[in-house]
Amino acid sequence: MTAITKKADNPIAHLSPEDIEAIGARLDEIRQEIIDSRGESDAAYIRKMIKTQRYLELGSRAVLLGSIFPPAFVAGTVGLSVAKILENMEIGHNILHGQWDWMRDPKIHSTTWEWDMASPSEQWKHSHNELHHTYTNVVGKDNDLGYGIMRVDEDQRWHPFFLLQPAWNFVNACFFEYGIAAYDLELGRNLAIPKEKRSPEFKAAAKNVLKKVRKQATKDYLVHPALSIPTGSFVPTLVANFTANVVRNLWSHSIIMCGHFPEGVETFEKKSIEGESRGDWYVRQMLGSANISGSKALHIMSGNLSHQIEHHLFPDLPSNRYAEVAPKVRALFDEYDLNYCSRPLVPQVYSAWHKVVRLSFPNGWLATTNKRNLPQQLVALYKISTADKRKRRVMLKLLERKAKQPEYVAAA
Amino acid sequence: MTPLSLDDVLDSFHPLRSGTDLRGRIVAVQPETADAATIVIKPGRDWLGHEPGQYVQVGVDVDGVRLWRCYSLTHGPRPDGNISITVKAIPDGIVSQHLVRRVRPGQMVHLQQAAGDFVLPQPIPRQLLMVTAGSGITPVIGMLRNLFSKAALPDLDITLVHVNQAEPHSIFKDELRAHAAAGRITLVEHFDDRDGLLDLARLESLVPDLDARAAYACGPSGLLDALEEWYDARGLPLNTERFRPALLTDAGEGGTVTFVGGTVVEANGATPILDAAEAAGVLMPSGCRMGICMGCVLPMKQGVVRDLRNGELTIAVPGETDPGGVKIQTCINAAAGDCHLDH
Repeated sequence: MTAITKKADNPIAHLSPEDIEAIGARLDEIRQEIIDSRGESDAAYIRKMIKTQRYLELGSRAVLLGSIFPPAFVAGTVGLSVAKILENMEIGHNILHGQWDWMRDPKIHSTTWEWDMASPSEQWKHSHNELHHTYTNVVGKDNDLGYGIMRVDEDQRWHPFFLLQPAWNFVNACFFEYGIAAYDLELGRNLAIPKEKRSPEFKAAAKNVLKKVRKQATKDYLVHPALSIPTGSFVPTLVANFTANVVRNLWSHSIIMCGHFPEGVETFEKKSIEGESRGDWYVRQMLGSANISGSKALHIMSGNLSHQIEHHLFPDLPSNRYAEVAPKVRALFDEYDLNYCSRPLVPQVYSAWHKVVRLSFPNGWLATTNKRNLPQQLVALYKISTADKRKRRVMLKLLERKAKQPEYVAAA
Repeated sequence: MTPLSLDDVLDSFHPLRSGTDLRGRIVAVQPETADAATIVIKPGRDWLGHEPGQYVQVGVDVDGVRLWRCYSLTHGPRPDGNISITVKAIPDGIVSQHLVRRVRPGQMVHLQQAAGDFVLPQPIPRQLLMVTAGSGITPVIGMLRNLFSKAALPDLDITLVHVNQAEPHSIFKDELRAHAAAGRITLVEHFDDRDGLLDLARLESLVPDLDARAAYACGPSGLLDALEEWYDARGLPLNTERFRPALLTDAGEGGTVTFVGGTVVEANGATPILDAAEAAGVLMPSGCRMGICMGCVLPMKQGVVRDLRNGELTIAVPGETDPGGVKIQTCINAAAGDCHLDH
């Protein structure tokens, strides 16, 4: 994708300022309808969800105490994986968004909740709620766009480093919770600073992360396996914990990739958000997110991030109400002729991965490559990669121009 | 929560255990009149006990929202260790209606330790006058029950003036009449529909030796104000218990925001508290500044604020809302009255 304002067929060019204000007003109305009607059944929903998750986790961990027996290993690992997914997605993520603050229950509150995750909740709230949700899909402002390690937008300059990004993305997926912690710390930027010059805030935050990681690792990889020693299940329990963490990481990574990376999601330029009105902000959230269609179970397991569009419009509404909001939001998209990006899970994951692969190559390279010219294209790629900065810039320009030629455009 | 804090795991199995937040389980709900009920609660292990006449703050979830109110304890210490409150449902009282009509045995409530100094001194003055109106009887019935549950009845001369709108509204009337019949108290029942509004001039004729009696009064503030004035004029002491120590601030436009350090900031009704406080040099937590990140949330101990997005009011009244304060987002709320922030 290209920042929306640079596109030849800007998908919001047909909206007048009045339209945008009307969209904002309608969305405020939808939000208010939910606020006015939230109550006991919603409170019961989150409490039941928490309770279910707690019992599932305790039960699975109990079963794993005998995980030397294969059926116990399988059942316990599956249960623990599901429990960890629920804990991070439908419970932790949403509580930390303040979706349940209205209950005034100090235990289920964005300011007090802590979760089973490497990144401490305070720190995650800053990078996620504050930076990502405010500057959603603004190139150069929203670090969620490729997490600072990937190229997910044509407007991000290509570098040979990005050729490895599909592999890199997969590794990140497996260890996603640590990736998020590192990302919340802005580890890359901070490590580049000489040790003695790093800010005290960074040092304090890094210490908190290490403390949290140590605590989580002790629980999953030491205490729980040690409790299984009497049945000789130390190793299987350790493996089960590791597996559950990786499964949870892969799953949450996939869901989150689907939220903003699929083809059809728009990005924005820094200068386009100057003096942005509430309506403008809403429209950016509408076009900067993508949904996953599917069953109720999928919605719950994704923490209702399958309703990513609704979540980005109303990050503080209770997640169990997004499904009810979705048709109203969709009607608004249709009314104003906007693209509501929604696909089932597999196509959406594929689309996101396709983008990661496509943009690991220079703009236009994949589009101009076919079976016949593959050898020449590889040579060209090698040349671009090894050229010095200035030459590379020229070569990238030429390649982009080539991709715009009719034969390739038609093929694409 | 699991597995991050063992406490929360234990709570789900034993919510009344010691070492956790103070809670109680409702044991029984006994109707008293058409619009009043006594709720018997088994408090958590950490309950420190109470003196008759004291009140307890009770937190209940009404329509999903945790709300707190104060209620007088209507028993002395009981052999079964339970505590009881008697609640009168006021017409648009969200919590009182919920407690009288909707709670059921087995449900959990949140509690604070007993508090209040509306208690009888030791030794107890021999001659007492109690003036109660409506549910104002609740702390007094606690005192009476405690006194008369002892094996040796105390040698006291108690006059109770009990005011109600009408006889059917009178809580504990049978119990009080039984005490009167047994000669333990002198009961003066006053019903507005029968006797007209209580005229304090008549009080002296109702209770001739009024000057000699230690006086305790509990009821609506109109009555208490009049009584206080009356006692002051005669230079006599009076102990009162008010149900609403602070009246709800009428929501207006703007007000002062007071911080823990004593800093007071003037904030108008259109400026977020965050901006007003920062402009006045207060170091505030902040984040997105548009109401989505929860980075600026602070507890409000007292006051009223207005959500600038939809005009919704959030009110904090000590004793009625969460004792830790109501958490508000300072970036989208403006003062709608004087506020105290715990920061």
